[in-house]
Amino acid sequence: MKYLLLKHYRGGPKPAVEFAPMDQWTPEEVDAHIQYMHDFAARLEGTGEFVDGQALTPEGAFVRYDGEGRPPVTDGPFAETKDLIAGWMIIDVESWDRAVELAGELSAAPGPGGDPIYEWLEVRPFLAPPPAFSE
Amino acid sequence: MDPSLLRELVPAVIGVLVRRGADFASAEDAVQEALIRALEAWPDEPPRDPKAWLVTVAWRKFVDATRAEASRRGRELAVEIEPPAGPAPDSDDTLRLYFLCAHPSLAPASAVALTLRAVGGLTTRQIAAAYLVPEATMAQRISRAKRRIAGLPLDQPGDLGTVLRVLYLVFNEGYSGDLDLAAEAIRLTRELVTLTERSAGGASHPEVAGLLALMLLHQARRASRTGPGGRLVPLAEQDRSRWDTGLITEGVEILQTALALDRLGEYQAQAAIAALHADAPTAAETDWVQIVEWYDELLRITASPVVRLNRAVAVGEADGPGAGLAALAEVEPDVPRYAAVEAYLRERAGDLERAAALYVEASHAATSVPERDHLTRQAARVRHLVRS
Repeated sequence: MKYLLLKHYRGGPKPAVEFAPMDQWTPEEVDAHIQYMHDFAARLEGTGEFVDGQALTPEGAFVRYDGEGRPPVTDGPFAETKDLIAGWMIIDVESWDRAVELAGELSAAPGPGGDPIYEWLEVRPFLAPPPAFSE
Repeated sequence: MDPSLLRELVPAVIGVLVRRGADFASAEDAVQEALIRALEAWPDEPPRDPKAWLVTVAWRKFVDATRAEASRRGRELAVEIEPPAGPAPDSDDTLRLYFLCAHPSLAPASAVALTLRAVGGLTTRQIAAAYLVPEATMAQRISRAKRRIAGLPLDQPGDLGTVLRVLYLVFNEGYSGDLDLAAEAIRLTRELVTLTERSAGGASHPEVAGLLALMLLHQARRASRTGPGGRLVPLAEQDRSRWDTGLITEGVEILQTALALDRLGEYQAQAAIAALHADAPTAAETDWVQIVEWYDELLRITASPVVRLNRAVAVGEADGPGAGLAALAEVEPDVPRYAAVEAYLRERAGDLERAAALYVEASHAATSVPERDHLTRQAARVRHLVRS
């Protein structure tokens, strides 16, 4: 079963622990955090559970159709108050429980002082293709 | 058999099929199928004459495909199974393939894909994996590119500028998955140097040589550009003992020969800058004054805003951060990496608060993960200096 682990720049439930943005950490704390994310992905490749990962820039816009012959309408840059996706990881695991377990580990990435940042991650099951045995 | 030797045969085999009367698109498809067949069969049964094997198998694939097409259209078509031997393809055939695959009517991504397949001899699957797209998507990109250039004559000189641009893009992609695209770009550019020399009766083309020199000089530094965990190591902090002196020597020699022809172009000028960095035993000993002069040359050739931005960095090193910031004031602020350059110059000028804010801004605008992480780390480092 495939799951999407979504990481947000902002939005989601109220943070469990308030921590300063990364540029206010020490360089060593930044390195430790990046290394943790690296090791996590490498470990999931090792267990055969990693599918894909991608980071997104905070830039971009909402876009929609605006009628025949008219250029699309854009709404951007994103408002400071809005939910903003930072990136994702796709995992292929045995169960929902395993997906939650892994998301929990990823959320424990170290922050200032080496303490876990307790970051909220969004976990979403994929809709699968239709099964071949239909009855 | 070494797969890279196999790849080298691909453009020549396409050339043979085209000479025998196949159109480029069908010939290229047939050779791709023969190539995949070879990758399966050769490990167990290596052929005595690899090129003859590929020609035979590809020609059969071409004949089969043509017959299937003819019968689908309900038409009779006479295709000889064993074609007349015909004249052997010469190196100009391969040179024309370079021009065709990098034709100016193709979008850069399509030209890159087609060049890697028809000239580089890579399979669609390998190219798709290197560019992180599904194989079916890459197959479509290639076949659309082939449709676009269908009907173009193969016997006309093409636009060397777009060929160099395509090879530059392939090199820039670096190492992706199992495929070393930078090494592949170097191989194809080396081949292009030989082909253009032969075609011009031995005279080398300075910009082709300039691009090869540029690639070799950058490749020489590759191992030192990444630290633990894939982190980016900036030029000034690289361990210069890890630079590949063999590649540097070769790159500098090729560049000097090209410069002696006195037909300067953008690749030679860029290679000259890379050579000056390679020459410096330590970052502090870099000849920034000469580097600024080369940027001035480069600006006369291209007037590119990116060159203007990089020149501001060099001016900052040669004449101090104040001069660098003055040079930066002449650059449009929407050029990529503008904030990163300003952050660096502000830090050197002692304006740490502003530098930290600019590094954060630059990290938001970064176009790759290592670059973003590097800029975040710079912001953290400068903020740390402010606090302590």
